[in-house]
Formats: sequence, C-alpha cells, structure tokens
Amino acid sequence: MRTPPMRASLTVALCGLASAPALAADVGVKLQIPQLDVAEYHRPYVAVWIEREDQSVAANLAVWYELDKRNGEGTKWLKDLRQWWRRAGRELQMPMDGVSGATRPVGEQTLSFVSGKGPLPELAPGHYQLVVEAARETGGRELVKIPFQWPVSKAQQLQAQGSSELGKVALDIKP
Amino acid sequence: MKTFTTTLCLALVALSPLGAQAHKQFFVPSSTVLTENDHGITVDAAVSNDLFYFNHNGMKLDALLITAPDGSAVTPENVFSGKLRSSFDVPLQTAGTYRIASASNGVMASWEEDGQPKRWRGNEATFKTEVPKGAKNLRVTQIVNRVETFVTVGKPSTDVFKPTGVGLELMPVTHPNDLVAGEAATFKLLLDGKPANDIKVTVIPGGTRYRDSQSEITTTTKADGAFTITWPAAGLYWLNASLGGGMEGPGEGGGKPDAAGPKAAASKKSKDGAAAAPSRRVNYSATLEVLP
Repeated sequence: MRTPPMRASLTVALCGLASAPALAADVGVKLQIPQLDVAEYHRPYVAVWIEREDQSVAANLAVWYELDKRNGEGTKWLKDLRQWWRRAGRELQMPMDGVSGATRPVGEQTLSFVSGKGPLPELAPGHYQLVVEAARETGGRELVKIPFQWPVSKAQQLQAQGSSELGKVALDIKP
Repeated sequence: MKTFTTTLCLALVALSPLGAQAHKQFFVPSSTVLTENDHGITVDAAVSNDLFYFNHNGMKLDALLITAPDGSAVTPENVFSGKLRSSFDVPLQTAGTYRIASASNGVMASWEEDGQPKRWRGNEATFKTEVPKGAKNLRVTQIVNRVETFVTVGKPSTDVFKPTGVGLELMPVTHPNDLVAGEAATFKLLLDGKPANDIKVTVIPGGTRYRDSQSEITTTTKADGAFTITWPAAGLYWLNASLGGGMEGPGEGGGKPDAAGPKAAASKKSKDGAAAAPSRRVNYSATLEVLP
C-alpha cells in the first residue's frame, strides 16, 4: 500500500516543489553479529528490510542464508525469519538478485545503498522502519527495528541495540 | 451383560445434560508453515482427552481427505495406525495451502425389537435398507463430524476452503496459516454452507498435561458466522464448535457401533412411539498453529 495520493500531494505541497525531483540519498546499514559462547554454532540467517507504517514492505535490502547448499536446500529454513517470511519472503523467489547473499560471520557487517538503485527504490516521503531479523539454527531469533523519517534534510545517524542474536544496528542516512 | 451396560449408560446419559464426555479428535502436523524446499510433513492423528497428547485412541483414517492447493486429492504415505495414535506423511509437491481433513456423515438409530433395545450405526444409504421400517420407538441421530488442520507451503492460498455445504465448516478471513501471537484472527463458521449464527466456539491451547486449567477461550459467532480470537501466546490450539450436544466430538472416531457409546439417547423420543424426527449432532474441530 502506497501513501494515499491526497496525503502525498499534501506532503509535496508542504515541502515546496523545490524538492520534487528527489536527489539520490545514501543509506548505510551496519549490523553486528555477536560472538556467542554456544556448543553448536551456525551463522544466523539475516533479513534486512524497510517497512512502511502499515508494516508492508517498502524494500528488501538483504537476505543472508545458506546460499550454496545443494538443490537450494538452504531455503528450507528461510521461514524461520518468521516476520520477514510473513511480510515478504513467502512472496519472493530466492535467490534474489542484489538482495540475497551467503550467511556472514561474527562481527560488524556493512551494507550500503543509494536510493533509486538496486534493492532500494525511491521512497515516498513518510515514516518508515528499518527492520533487521536474525534467526540461528539451534539458536534464537531476534528482531531489531529503527524508525526513521524519509527524506532527510541533513545526515542522520540512528541506532538500536540487539540483545541476543544481534548486537548494535546502525542506520546512516545522507541526503 | 453388554445389553445391561448399554441400558445403564442410556439411563445415566438421560440424566446428564451434556451426554457422555467425549474425547477430542485432532491432527498434529509436524509443521504448518513451510518453504518450497520442504517436501513433506508427518501428521499424527488421535482421539484424546489431553491436547495434544495421545492417551486414548488413534484416529481412524478411513475418512481422511487431503486436499492440495489446486483442489486435487493427495494420497497419504506411510500410513500407520497405532493404539494411541495414527500417523501419515503428506507429500507437498506444490506451493499453497493444503487441507487435511477427516469428515464423516453418519446416522445412529435405536429401537425396540421383541422387547430388546437395538442399536445401529451406518449412513443415510444403509439406514434405508438396514433399519426396519416402522421400528418401535425408533430414534435417529445424524452425526456430521469434521476434523481438520491446514498446512501452507510458500504463500497462503484459499482454494481449499470451498465449502462442501455439509455440517460446520471453517472459512478464513484471517488465513489459518497466518496466525501470530498477540494478534487477532477472524474466521467464519458455516453451517450447511450458510453463515452459522450464534454458535459457541471454544479454543484450547495445547499442553494441557502441564497445567491445571484448560485455559479455554470462548466466543460466539455473529450473524455472518464471523468470530475473532486473539492469540495469547504462540503454540498449537484446538478449535471446536458443535451443535446438538456432544461437546467435543462423536466419541471414538466413527468406528465400531460399540464406540457410539450412549449418545443415541440424545435424540428425542416421540410420544406415540412412532419414529421421532431425526436429531442432528454437528461437530467441527481444527488444529491451528500460532507462531511467535
């Protein structure tokens, strides 16, 4: 569901037409995959997406899973990214160009996007949330959300902290 | 002795407003939400007091009907009938929603013959040939029973929810494989294909063995058959609705005449000894999985 037209035109009117042809903005996501002291460790499956206020998906930014397993067997556990599966995954075909990738090791992982290119489309002005979901085989699941406003007039650095399957998640937006 | 027991049961049941304590019938699917790389599930089927434990009988699988997302019938594999549970595998070849159901439509009758009570169980067709016309004190009860669960590969679909028009049936407003803890889900109940108004619906979370109460949630259908449940937690839930007594099912899964138990007594006896209008008992149960 897009922003209703009336609302959109109102926003455009309020912003003034000067900003109408949106300039490409840079969006950076940093997320920490924590070191865990467990007997059996598997790298987590991770999904990163942007949701609108009604929780519909505005952009699938990344899906990390066991991409290289034979016969696509790694896709079997994508449903364990429960919220992403429900909001987007079950409608999508994997692998997804520019979005899906192999699972990543412990440490800080960096993703960068330019609006209007690749997986990040031009977003209509409004409230959004960055959602990062991680699920680990024989482990847990965690969801971290960072609300943000789009577009930004000056650079924004936003953060949230995971507590089990994710560490710090940071969202950097540059106009 | 058997006759004596039966008579005693009939007498006892006549005193009890709810009739016999029936057991709960249910399926337990190994998963309900799957990706296209899952190629099948295993389903347990049982008749028990506790949810979802096997402590009474395996469900008889002669009325098992598995419907694929495109409406075709799926043949179960590795079918096993154990003492406390039955089990079977369901191959999942295509994406979409599957319905696993056991639906039966039976008739029970009792009458007097040479001063002895006679009891009979069959269906509408055999009723005409096997029950003597003009039997004395004939009492007839129709029993329509449906037990279901749903499983979805990939994106949920709704083609399997075409009503058969017989008995109580559950129709999605919220898809039954799209249930999340803390959220509300709405369904519609149909009776013989029409909205079932003012029917009590009971939902009981699984795991009853490890708690002291049933923790049941009850609600009532509106005029359009709709009712809403807000899931308090993730888990397997057993949903039940019934009409005409017999709170929780027709006993032992539609098997032997003995298993019919004393429920035949629930139908009304006409004053003049002629056959009373058949009474009807309609039951619906579904196993639903709510995810965190």
